[in-house]
Amino acid sequence: MSLRRLFRTPEAVAGFAILGCLVLMVLLAPVLFPRDPLSIAGAPLLRPFQDWALPLGTDRLGRDVLAGLFHGARTSLAVGLAAAAASILVGSVIGTVAGFAGGLVDEALMRITDAFQTVPGFLLSLALVSVVGPSLGVVVVAISLSAWTGPARIARAEVLSIRERDYVASARVIGMHPIEIAFREILPNALPPVLALSSVIVAAAILTEAALSFLGLGDPNRVTWGGMIAEGRAVLRSAPFLSIIPGIALVLAVLGVYLAGEGIVESAATRRGNA
Amino acid sequence: MNRAWRLLKRRLVGSIPVLLIVVVGSFLLLEAAPGDAVDAYVASVGGDAGMIEALRQSWGLDASPMTRLAAYLWALLHLDLGHSVALSRPVLSVVLERLPNTLLLMGAATALSFFLGTALGIVAGSRPGSLRDRLLSVGSLALYAVPGFWLALVLTIVFSVQLRWLPLAGMETIASGKTGFSRVLDIARHLVLPVTSLGIIYLALYLRMMRAGMAEVWRMDFTLAARARGIGRRRIVWRHVARNALLPLVTMLGLQSAAMLGGSVVIESVFSIPGLGRLAQEAVGARDTPLLIGIILVSAVLVIVINLLVDIAYATLDPRVGASEANA
Repeated sequence: MSLRRLFRTPEAVAGFAILGCLVLMVLLAPVLFPRDPLSIAGAPLLRPFQDWALPLGTDRLGRDVLAGLFHGARTSLAVGLAAAAASILVGSVIGTVAGFAGGLVDEALMRITDAFQTVPGFLLSLALVSVVGPSLGVVVVAISLSAWTGPARIARAEVLSIRERDYVASARVIGMHPIEIAFREILPNALPPVLALSSVIVAAAILTEAALSFLGLGDPNRVTWGGMIAEGRAVLRSAPFLSIIPGIALVLAVLGVYLAGEGIVESAATRRGNA
Repeated sequence: MNRAWRLLKRRLVGSIPVLLIVVVGSFLLLEAAPGDAVDAYVASVGGDAGMIEALRQSWGLDASPMTRLAAYLWALLHLDLGHSVALSRPVLSVVLERLPNTLLLMGAATALSFFLGTALGIVAGSRPGSLRDRLLSVGSLALYAVPGFWLALVLTIVFSVQLRWLPLAGMETIASGKTGFSRVLDIARHLVLPVTSLGIIYLALYLRMMRAGMAEVWRMDFTLAARARGIGRRRIVWRHVARNALLPLVTMLGLQSAAMLGGSVVIESVFSIPGLGRLAQEAVGARDTPLLIGIILVSAVLVIVINLLVDIAYATLDPRVGASEANA
């Protein structure tokens, strides 16, 4: 029943289909392409659809583009999900504390949130990666650093309205510790609107990771779509496919996340509407 | 006018702690960097241990972090953003030199996304749920999914490499000796692709917001009343629905300014435009700590100023804003 509601619109179906392909690519990458995707697979600058052993051709150094695409999907998805999870976790904890504690704590935390929203997020990520050095973990932290503010604001707003509900008052009456009330009674109820934001955060994280890799600030030991695009730039005139192919993968992946996310939010909205 | 003044004063006071947090935060971040400005300088120029010590002392890098932060704050109060190591010039003058190019790029891109996005939003929102509405909504989402730097590359391949209609990169033709109107035209030709790649992506924000706003206004009683009075659909769309949905879009202008400033980093680096974003990338490459802090600070101030202007514009356009505060 709920599946039918989820696949109600063709947009949502397309979104889930793309996400399914992406997950399949991630799972099959080590099976189909067990070799290091950064190793040389054939003659350099082979065009797509010429050699069926290398269907999408090779780059400047003779690396398999299709293998890079599959392994790049792992990096994109891993960074996107990890960064989104981290920013939602940090954001909702900070938002809950600010909304529940109120007063000076709230004021201080919200000014910090303001500060993080004032600095362009990409500049912040750029600065952190360049300072600490590029690795997958640092890229995740750098992206989360600029993405936690949205969840924090929404969580705070939710907490402010939940705080005054009867069940919170009764939890207080039975002598529950304030911290327990904040994280066991209030936070779980404040989460749904925060989670509705998650697809947007995952998509933005994938795009930011790609942009960082494009500027040469991605993990140098991993294939990334952004890095592949940057790599293809050097031969943009003679072999534009090297930049175009990973870019199409990037657009499809991000679009899939958006569409699937909208599908989920809409199906949740109709469920609420029917109830 | 009094209302706008009060708002301005309140916002200015409110932005001081925010700026302070930005300063301390970026200072801490860059303190954590392995290697300092002297290391970067010596790596490029060369020198012995004695010279390194002397340099550290003369640049004040041997003091404790707290003293350095205090000295930095004190200098900032005098509008001294420090000295760029890589360029051997004051940070502020370097940043101010690059700022106009970025502002031009951002301003043009914002105008493009605002006007085109709003127009398409009206097309989509005049019949919510129709085929063209859904096509436009999905289409805008697809555009929003496009990475700016990739769109920039694709546009370059098509219009600069294949068709040769537009210049490949740069802000203007170097040493062309052009002046006056022909120089303006030259810069405009160079900016077509960067502005398009930056503006097209944010177009989706305005389109979707306009469309959602109009869908909401359609459900309101005054729209129903207008229809009941037999007013033509076209007139309802323009005079009642679009007009009421337009106002919230103004706030978006401020909200997305930080994102657009971030986006200009990659776009400027693709097109070799000597702006703030490319400067940030250069600073990262040269490990130029003072310069990077300076850029972050200036962009934070820029974002605050843009939001302030947007708030004032909003207060002028909407008499309800701040009206309740007069009594409170």
